[in-house]
Order: sequence, then C-alpha cells, then structure tokens
Amino acid sequence: MTVGAGPQAVIPPKPVRPPSGLAVAGISLRAWRRFWLVLGIVVALTLPLFAGSFTTFQLTQAAIYAIAILGLNLLTGFNGQFSLGHSAFYAIGAYTAAIMMDQWEIAYYWTLPAAGLICLVVGFLFGLPALRLEGLYLALATFALAVATPQILKFSPLEEWTGGVQGIFILKPDAPPGLPLDQDQWLYYFTLAVTAVLFVCARSLVRSRTGRAIMAIRDNPIAARSMGINTALYKSLTFGVSALYPGVAGALGAIVVQFVAPDSFTFLLAVTFLVGLVIGGVGSIPGSLAGGLFVLFLPNLAEQISKGLAWGVYGVILILLIYVMPSGTAGLVRLVTIRLAKPSG
Amino acid sequence: MSRPLLEVGNLTAGYGQTRVLHRLGFDLGEGEIATILGANGAGKTTTLRALCGMVRREGEIRFDGRPIGGLSTEEVVRRGIAHVPEGRGTFVRLTVEENLRLAAITRKDRSAVAADFERVYDYFPRLRERRRQQAGTLSGGEQQMLAIGRALMLRPRLMLLDEPSFGLAPMIVQDIFGILRTINSEDRVSMLLVEQNASLALDLANRAYVLETGRLVLSGPAAKIREDDSVRRSYLGY
Amino acid sequence: MDAYTILQQAISGVATGGIYASVALAVVMIYRAIDHFNFAQGEMAMFSTYIAWSLMHAGLPYWWAFILTLAISFLGGVLIERVIFRPIHDAPVLSHVVVFIGLLAIFNSAAGFIWDYTIKPFPSPFASGGLFGSTLISLHKAGMIAVTLVVLGLVYAFFRFTEVGLAMRAAAQNPESARLVGVRVEWMTALGWGMAAAIGAVAGMMIAHDVYLEPNMMIGVLLYGFAGAIVGGVDSPGGAVFGGFLVGIIENLVGLVPFVGSELKLTVALVLIVGVLMVRPSGIFGTRVVRRV
Repeated sequence: MTVGAGPQAVIPPKPVRPPSGLAVAGISLRAWRRFWLVLGIVVALTLPLFAGSFTTFQLTQAAIYAIAILGLNLLTGFNGQFSLGHSAFYAIGAYTAAIMMDQWEIAYYWTLPAAGLICLVVGFLFGLPALRLEGLYLALATFALAVATPQILKFSPLEEWTGGVQGIFILKPDAPPGLPLDQDQWLYYFTLAVTAVLFVCARSLVRSRTGRAIMAIRDNPIAARSMGINTALYKSLTFGVSALYPGVAGALGAIVVQFVAPDSFTFLLAVTFLVGLVIGGVGSIPGSLAGGLFVLFLPNLAEQISKGLAWGVYGVILILLIYVMPSGTAGLVRLVTIRLAKPSG
Repeated sequence: MSRPLLEVGNLTAGYGQTRVLHRLGFDLGEGEIATILGANGAGKTTTLRALCGMVRREGEIRFDGRPIGGLSTEEVVRRGIAHVPEGRGTFVRLTVEENLRLAAITRKDRSAVAADFERVYDYFPRLRERRRQQAGTLSGGEQQMLAIGRALMLRPRLMLLDEPSFGLAPMIVQDIFGILRTINSEDRVSMLLVEQNASLALDLANRAYVLETGRLVLSGPAAKIREDDSVRRSYLGY
Repeated sequence: MDAYTILQQAISGVATGGIYASVALAVVMIYRAIDHFNFAQGEMAMFSTYIAWSLMHAGLPYWWAFILTLAISFLGGVLIERVIFRPIHDAPVLSHVVVFIGLLAIFNSAAGFIWDYTIKPFPSPFASGGLFGSTLISLHKAGMIAVTLVVLGLVYAFFRFTEVGLAMRAAAQNPESARLVGVRVEWMTALGWGMAAAIGAVAGMMIAHDVYLEPNMMIGVLLYGFAGAIVGGVDSPGGAVFGGFLVGIIENLVGLVPFVGSELKLTVALVLIVGVLMVRPSGIFGTRVVRRV
C-alpha cells in the first residue's frame, strides 16, 4: 500500500530463509547449520564442568525461560494469537510441582508431566471461550489472568495448599547415585535434557500436518476455515500446547529455585516472556533459546552498567535492540547469512 | 507559449519490488482537461497516486514550474493539487459538513471559505440537505459528490479524478460530468481524469493519453484520439 | 451493610472512575493514532506527577505547577512520538509493545533514581473535610470528579469544535484521505501523544493524593484504564470514558462483598470485564469490525 496507511503486520516479517545451495566461505549452509548445532551441543554439555555453580544455576534458569518462551512462540509466532498471561501457566506448573513434592513427597521428575498435563488442560479450557476474542481482547483476557494469578495464590481458603503469601519451600534433589555431579550440575543436565526434548517436539509439531493447519490459521483464518480446518479446535489446542510449555518450565523453575511464592508470578513475568519472544525472534524455534539467554542476562548486564538505573538501562537496551534487529536475533542471523552467502560450486 | 501547469518527465513508480510505470512523460496546460485511457492494470491509478506522492516514485514532476516530486502527499495537496481518489475516501464517521470543513483547514481566507461552502452546496443541493448526516450513510453518488466537493474546498488549481463514474447510475454520472465541466470553465481548474468510460472521458477532455502496461503509447487532442482505430476498438467498442 | 455504605462506595467509585476514565481516554487517543495500547502511559503519568511535585517543592502554587506540568507533559509526549516512535512506525506491533515496555522501564527507573523510591505525600488543591460537611463524599473526591469532568469536557470541545481537533479525528479515521486534504498526519499523531501525556498527567496528579506518590503508583490505575477502554470500546473516546467510570464503580462495589471483595477485588473486577467482552466482543460502544471474506 502507501505511506503508512496499510494495516501493520502483527508479527515481524520473516526474512526469507536462505535458499539451500548457497555457501558461506565455501561451506554449504547445511554444513554450517550442522556445525553450529554440534558446537552448541558440545558447549552446552561441557560448560558446567568449567563454570561456577552460580553460572550453572543461571544457565539452568535461561533454559527454563527458553522453554516458556517457546510455548509463547508456538501461540504467537505460529498461530498468530497474543497472550500476556503465560506467567499464569508458569505459576500453575510451579505450584503443581511444589505441592506434589511438599504435600505428597512425590519425586521431582514426576512433577513435570503432571504440570504439563494440568497446564495443557487448563490452557485448552481457557482457550475455548477466550478464542472468541481476538487480538487486543485476547490480550486483555490473558492479561487479567496474569494479574489475577498472584491474588488467587494468596487467597486464604487455598492457604493450606499454597502456603499463602509465604509460599512453599522444597528440597533440591540430588544427582542419581554414582554420577559425579553436584546438585546444580545435575539439575542443569536434567533441565538441558528436558529442554532438548521439548524443542524437538515443537519442531516436529510445526513441521507436521497439524503445524501447517496452525500456521494456515495465522496467515489467513478465513481461508483456513474454508479449507475445512476446524479453526476453533486448533486454536484452543494450540493454546493448550502453548500452556504446557510454561507449565513444565514452571515445574522445573520451582525445583531449581527450591521455592515458590505468589509474587514471583506477577504480570512482569509474562512481560519477560514477551520480551524474550520478540528479542529472540517471533516464529523461530532456535530464537526462543536466544530469547531465554537474553531475558536472563540482559538485566544483569544492565545492572553492571548502572546499579541505580538498572531498569532504565534495560529499557534503553530493549529499544536499541528493536531498532537494530526488528525481527529479533533469528531475523538478524538470517539477514547476515544472506549477506554472506554466495552460490556454492 | 506559456509554461504548462504540470510537467511530468521520466516518471517511474511502483509498489515494493514491482514497477508499474516506466518513464512516463506528459504535460497538462492551465485550464486544460486531460484524460488517461488504458486497460485495467495499465497504471492509470498509479499515475495519479505517483503525482501526489502516494506511491514511491522517481523522475521529474513540476507543478507551476516548481518541482514537487520529492514532497509528501500533504505538501503536494497544499500546493494546490486535489486528488479525488478511487473509492472516494470519505470520512464515514464525520458529518458531510465536517468532511467539507476539513478540506478548508489549510486555508486562511475565511470569507472565501464561506463562499466556497455555498458554491459546493449550490453544485450539489443533495449535500446541503444532508449536511448534518454522517457521511457513511450517503449513497454512492452522494459520496462521489462529497469527494468532488471536498476537493473544491481546497481551492485547487489541478484536480486529479480517479474513476468518478465508478458504480454510479448513468443519470448521476451525467450530472457529475456536467458539474466537472462547469468547474473547469468557471474556475479554470485543470483536470487529469482517469476513467473506465472512455467515451465519456473523451467528451469532457481536451487531450488524451493512452497507457499500456505502464508505458505511454499514444497521446494527442481528445478528438484525434477518439478517431484512432485501435483506441476505438479497444476502449470505445465500435 | 446498609444502603448508605453502598451509596458512599458508589460515589467514591465515581471519583476513582474519573481517573480511570482519563487514563482510558489517553490510551484510546494513542490507540486511534497507532492502533495499539501504550503500556507506558501509566509510567508517563507517574513521571509527570513527580515533575509537578518538584515544581511545588520549588515553591510554585498548586495550580501553577499543575498547568506547567501539563505543558511539560504535552511536550514530552510529542517528543517521545517524534524521537522514538516515528523511526519505527512501520515495525510490527509486537516490536512496538517491546518498545513500550522499554519506555516503561526507563520512566520507572528514572523516577526512582531522581526522586528515590520512598513514598511521598502529594497535596490536594481542595480543602479537607466532607463536601457541604457531609460524610458521603470528601471535598477532595468531589474536586477530583470536577477536575476530571472539566478535562473531559475540554477534550470533547476540542475534538468537536476546533479545526485541529477535526483534523485529528480525520487522521485517526482515514490517514490516507486526511493527507489528501492536506492534513499533516504525522504531526497529528504527535499531537495525540502530547495530549494523551497531558491527560495522563491530570489523572496522575489527582490520584497521587489518595495513593501517595511513588514510582509504581500508576500500574494498577493503568490496568483499570485499559479495562475501561476495552469495556467501552477501544475506538470510541466517549465509550472509553464511560467504561472508565463503570470500572471504577464496579471496583468499589466489589470491594464491599465480604471476604471475596477485599482479597480478590482486582480479580473479580477483571473477571467481570472479561465477562462483558464475551457478550460484547467489541466493547459496549465499539464498532464491530466486519471483515470481508
């Protein structure tokens, strides 16, 4: 259209994927991709052996955020729906884990599927009526969910379970006997494994028939419906799946932090996920990982620059990042690849 | 000979990566009416949009001797070019009177504005009857009248008219074209007209240009163009 | 609980509702210009209120500080649009949201840095005590309602009767056509930002007396403002104002319900709002967008 009159895209435009058959420095893009993947895995596996326990703890946190951001990404990046309420599902996951471990003394690893399942169901049920609402209205409904969550967690009749304002303390699990790892290292590897599984699942989902239906709904809901896609069902299902991810992340988070309390799950957490999503790259699965690292380390970096103005610096960095890479880290990587690439052969 | 009011040279324009116009060149004299003929997709609408900066364009555009090729739409309009867009561009939630008032906000001559209100209402008595009504409730013909009225309130020296007959009953089209003729002869407003109805357009215009896939293929006095065989076959249908 | 308490709470709801209405109006003004919500609106208002506080501490009388703050806020709003949003106006909505979040963090942090995080009392221009000596409504609350109504009236008159107001309405409705009648749409957007900032400043200065001045004072208010805007209809300034008052009244009446009210006030209010949206997805006064197939 013309000078700024057209409707804006909700989602950053995805720069075209560099065509295969191109090469950077004489090596094909396929090989590069494999190289980075292997390098990434090697670094991820060896890092805790060198890094201190606090860094290991932080990296675990970043992976946990990445899982939650991936969930949001499935909803926003692939299905075109907004949510400002994913902190609620993270909270449900965290409390599920904490209550199971605290009240019933169930082993920590069983809490993950439970948390995921509960969030899948809650997300699906929340999705059913909420999907009558579109765009901004869905954003408000989910926003309400995010704001209500800490209040409900503090609600006195539920205190027996939730521990009210005090929250719940839980014990940090040990590494399985025989493994020469301390608790932090073990939790890091445990989280890493869960993250890997969930990322592979997301990737397969997106590439499946169902994934194509989900994306068709994002790109053109009316056409999707006329092709016989049950949009309401798929949208609710996507909502459920996208709630499952932060649910599992929340359970992991509770185990790693050893503590849950209502005020850890405010609207700010939902904002954190959103920021991670946009900075990482909307609609990019590996981008979610970058997003997780960003939201964990950016506030630390900001604090190092200025203690008193940490949040201000954080805000400035966010705005600059949007200027420099409007389609997130993933978009930037693609752009750079396209710049560098030459036809191979 | 005096300088033409509008001079266009080497005009290239398009949307995104697609080029629609290729090095167009034409003039329009003061008080003249020119029409651009062409099939769907030939680039007629784009030409008008390029002139007032609504699409990205390159090339030379001079209005009254001064270059306007780099100006934004609102600045082009403020120089005295009124564009009556396809689909009329009505502000549907404003009243008829507010639509007209809006077009006069760039003007300083308050008393002349008041006179122009009267003039527009005299041309289009229907608008006077409906001046307190929301513009969205008007019929298609009335909205076209409003669009022309709004253009007149700008006190333009050049009007760009995009398909003023589109979707209107023949009677109303006759009315509107009659009024355009009056506006041209009484106020010396030049006009550049894009029109599907070639016969109607050639009746009104002094000059005509024929556009094919973004290139100018024929130009000349309207009467001459009307007699051109290919034009007759393609656009007049006899 | 007697009828008197209910009446008292309802009136008190009108007073806070006026604040929400102002914030909702500010939100809607920016929404109409750029199609989404300004998450930083509350923090901008909070920052303006701090400016007013500083001016008063420098010895300016209340109303002078009030007017000066409005002017500064207006310029600030225009500046933010021109400097920060103009360069990225084509960026996707989600990127805008992140920029809003960035702005929110900057204002919040800067306020804490400049004026520190301690809670400060903020004066009321109205005498203390009840209106006409009654206990039904305090003079401050009555004054708050009056100021809100004056501001809303002025905004209405501006849009209804002035040429610039007309141009702003046109630019919001149909930017392309507005350009074709010579309206400088970009400046109208900046002007909208300026006005929104000034309206927000009024809301901040009015509420600060009740909630005390601190960097986080507007977060809850903004929430209710959003809710008001959506309940009333995001594209209708009149609807947003109505929605703001409605939310204020509901909030205060919900607070009366024993037990649930005090702890879950916010939750219940929000559930009610989402309930309204289920029945009327485009708000009470919003225009239903009909999409062509």
